[in-house]
Amino acid sequence: MSLWLIPLIPFFAAVLPPLTIRSGRNVCATVTALATLLALALLLSHAPAVYRGEIVQTRLDWLPQIGLSFSFFIDGLGLFFATMILGIGLLVIVYARFYLSRNDPIGRFYAYLLLFQGAMVGVVLSDNILLLLVFWELTSLTSFLLIGYWRHLPEARQGARMALVVTGGGGLLLIAGMLLLGHIAGSYELSEILKRGELIKASPLYLPMLLLVLGGAFTKSAQFPFHFWLPHAMAAPTPVSAYLHSATMVKAGIFLLARLWPVLAGTDAWFLIVAPVGLVTMLVAAWIAIFKDDLKGLLAFSTVSHLGLMTMLLGFGTPMAAVAAVFHILNHATFKAALFMGAGIIDHETGTRDIRRLGGLLTLMPITATLVLIASASMAGIPLFNGFLSKEMMLEEALKTSYAGMPWLFPVMAGLATLFSVAYSARLAVRVFFGPKRHDYPSHPHDPPVGMWGPVAVLVVLVVAIGLLPALIAGPIVAHTALAVIGGPLPSYYLSIWHGVTPALLTSMGATVAGAALFLAYQTINRIRLGLPRPDAKTLFDRVIAGTVAGADWAIARSHTGSLQLYFAIILGAVVVLAAGGFWSASHGAGTRATLPMSLPAGIAWFALVAASVAAALRHHDRVFALVLTSIVGLVVSLLFLQFSAPDLALTQISVDVVTTVLLLLALNLLPKTTPREGSPLLRSRDAGIAAVAGLGVAGLAYAVMTRGFETISAYHLEQSKPGGGGTNVVNVILVDFRGFDTFGEIIVLGIAALAIFALLDHPFGRASARRLASIRFAEEARDAHPMMLVVATRALLPLALTVGVYILLRGHNLPGGGFIAGLVVAMALIMQYMASGYVWANARARIDSQAMIGAGIVIAGLTGIGSWVFGRPFLTSSFGYFSLPLVGQFELATAMAFDLGVFLAVVGAVLLSLSQISRVQQRAERSPVTDNPMDIVLAPETAMAKES
Amino acid sequence: MELLVSSATGVMTAVGIYLLLSARTFPVILGLTFLSYAVNVFLFSMGRLTINQPPIIGATTAGYSDPLPQALVLTAIVISFGMTALIVVLALRGFLEAGTDEVDLAIPREGGPADAGTKGDMARPQP
Repeated sequence: MSLWLIPLIPFFAAVLPPLTIRSGRNVCATVTALATLLALALLLSHAPAVYRGEIVQTRLDWLPQIGLSFSFFIDGLGLFFATMILGIGLLVIVYARFYLSRNDPIGRFYAYLLLFQGAMVGVVLSDNILLLLVFWELTSLTSFLLIGYWRHLPEARQGARMALVVTGGGGLLLIAGMLLLGHIAGSYELSEILKRGELIKASPLYLPMLLLVLGGAFTKSAQFPFHFWLPHAMAAPTPVSAYLHSATMVKAGIFLLARLWPVLAGTDAWFLIVAPVGLVTMLVAAWIAIFKDDLKGLLAFSTVSHLGLMTMLLGFGTPMAAVAAVFHILNHATFKAALFMGAGIIDHETGTRDIRRLGGLLTLMPITATLVLIASASMAGIPLFNGFLSKEMMLEEALKTSYAGMPWLFPVMAGLATLFSVAYSARLAVRVFFGPKRHDYPSHPHDPPVGMWGPVAVLVVLVVAIGLLPALIAGPIVAHTALAVIGGPLPSYYLSIWHGVTPALLTSMGATVAGAALFLAYQTINRIRLGLPRPDAKTLFDRVIAGTVAGADWAIARSHTGSLQLYFAIILGAVVVLAAGGFWSASHGAGTRATLPMSLPAGIAWFALVAASVAAALRHHDRVFALVLTSIVGLVVSLLFLQFSAPDLALTQISVDVVTTVLLLLALNLLPKTTPREGSPLLRSRDAGIAAVAGLGVAGLAYAVMTRGFETISAYHLEQSKPGGGGTNVVNVILVDFRGFDTFGEIIVLGIAALAIFALLDHPFGRASARRLASIRFAEEARDAHPMMLVVATRALLPLALTVGVYILLRGHNLPGGGFIAGLVVAMALIMQYMASGYVWANARARIDSQAMIGAGIVIAGLTGIGSWVFGRPFLTSSFGYFSLPLVGQFELATAMAFDLGVFLAVVGAVLLSLSQISRVQQRAERSPVTDNPMDIVLAPETAMAKES
Repeated sequence: MELLVSSATGVMTAVGIYLLLSARTFPVILGLTFLSYAVNVFLFSMGRLTINQPPIIGATTAGYSDPLPQALVLTAIVISFGMTALIVVLALRGFLEAGTDEVDLAIPREGGPADAGTKGDMARPQP
């Protein structure tokens, strides 16, 4: 069976609970449990191979370019964690069925749980560290959903958010760390990385990488000072807490430390950072746990403390400590999950989790009490239960550890933490179950149905069994897991209850007695504690978040002023600065290429262009005048193209200029005719400064380039134009053949632009804009909207212009011309009709819809391209042939001409549509709509007839 | 000649950018036109300047100017027209709707309609 199914089954199955919830909660829970069971069965089917010492692997490339592959592997460690995740997950699923009330949407709960489960299994089975990161982030996201499951509770939402911020932030660190790790190791596959421990430890990047990875692991596993999110995540339903905080989510960080132990551990840096962090976490959290009145709060801090213990053990970096850590992971998962579920039962039955309001439950709920008492004893580290064994091993290791020349530090602190754990366990056990029977419970508490205590019982059986027969029950598991963690030979150790009277045992006994004493003196100590300053992590966190939000608000308010002018100035300024940097850092002086001699006409044209440009900048407040100046510049640019051997460009530029000028004139009719003088001189000089520098830069760059020689790929185009494309006008052949696909895209863009214009102006005007349109008064001289001279001239010119257009289109393949230019010429001739005779008159006589023309153009061009498929050639391969007809003689037909026809039609349609729409709006603005007949009647009928024919 | 063309390109760029930074839409459109001229000439000049050598294949021609920048610029000219037309119409419709041809947005601030009504009659309809 493929390995990758194991993490994917929960993901796929996550759709089932919301679907099956209609058939009832039992069906829903059964389906969820079956999916988990299936994944577990698949996993365990690999167990024999793993225990034979094999490593089961599967690999599927995902994005090989960046080293991401969909690869998984199972070794002892992966098997151990995955079994724990799926096994405890199964128990939690059963438990949740009875725990959640009828009002809770259980389908959603199971869906989240399965997603989380899949992500967790993915983390522990991933071979590729990038894939691991993906699953890691998924655990953060899905645990957010689970913690915030009761979304109506503000604490749930806040707790979920806090968990996401802390673990998500840590996830970002981890991403950086993992990328560094992969970079150092030269592979992103864990199975490869694990073999390269020496290389990694010797790398100069080891320390930054270690810090980043630890950042990810410590936030996830709630290590000091990131421990504060975990207790707030207790706002989740108890099954979630039992799952996330015993076996899964928070163990992910521990898993990571264990997984990377062979390549990261054993250095001074590792020991100096990881061990004390674990120690401090263990001690501080155990101290806080003593004073927690909320059962789940107590358990949460106890969890943090135990996570600290495991971190510390892994931090020691010795093989024996790693064995102890593995053993404690197993033990902690069993008793802590049992305790969380037990706390949930108590809450469920009594309606409270407050230790001060509980008591005497032993006789009321005997089964629950027995189970929880055993689990608490294990947590306290009482002999005969599994917690005792791993605690002894921990103390053994701590006693051997000397930190920074202080041989007493670890033994004393570890002993103190053990003492505290006895105290809080005693407080939980004694205060809840013993003492006088209370009668102020909201309902009479009794043992819950077996579905709720059954899962607890399973775990407690394990607690006792491992406690009594450690070597038999847990021995092989610990051995194989530790083997995978250490990556080398196992140290010699023996799991048993009795090791003789060792220093660890004595410490443990002393701590137990002292812990019991601490519990008895609880009231006094609590009073002292309340007198001391206690920093509240949540307040600090909230303050940091509030500060961040305020800072972001400030930055947004300052930078998003809504002034496009300012944005644009900043963008352009930045571009100018960057470009200036690039300009100066490269050789930018004049080149040695021979320049062309200047000529007088060129000088005059240059002068006209510069004068018109400068005048436009200075006098742009008179908009019509500025438009005239712009046209002069356009004209000179056309002449420039003509002068420097680009007749096609000259033709295109001049016709586009005419169309643009008409367009702007039309628009100007409806817009204000002047631009008010506004903006401070300072602002204008800033703009002028940016503009001047940009202009200088462009001029310098253009000059530097033009005075240098160059290589061009155009030789191919010149060579192939006639034999390959069948035309002598190389520019046109490039457009319709070599780069035909570009042109095809371009006419589509043009068509879209025209349709957008149509949509913008066709949309009915609202009341305000219609009123504004109606209020536009035309100047006195414009009252004669359709001067007779113009009308006559344009109508007479129309057939002529159309002929010219067709001529330009036809000759375009061999001589300057082509679809673009022809289209512009024809469009212009038609637009003249709109201008001279008015929209109503022209529109009534328009035979062809311009939208249809755009469509036809694009379709013709597209079909021409597709046509080459028929001959088994790629899209837009052109072909041509020579034919002869009587009278006409020999002529050439090329498919490119059909393509050019498409271009032609699209251009005509687009230009016509845009301009006629503006003139339609303008028509509405005219105060007295012009009737369409006077001109026709008065004018010579032959012109009209000429057009009709 | 190269000096003339490059300096003209620079002048057109400068004027284009200066106008683009205006507070009203129409100068911005003109600025865009200027900038299009400048960019087109700049692109064209990357093929270097040649006189009397149009890229039209003939038996007697001595040489040809580079056709590739020309083809690129030709489409650029047409596309600039499409862009100009679209922006003109946007400006036009914006002016008719808002009653002002200012470029800057009038962002309605939270907590008061003070800003909303200052530019034209954009204010929300009174209940």
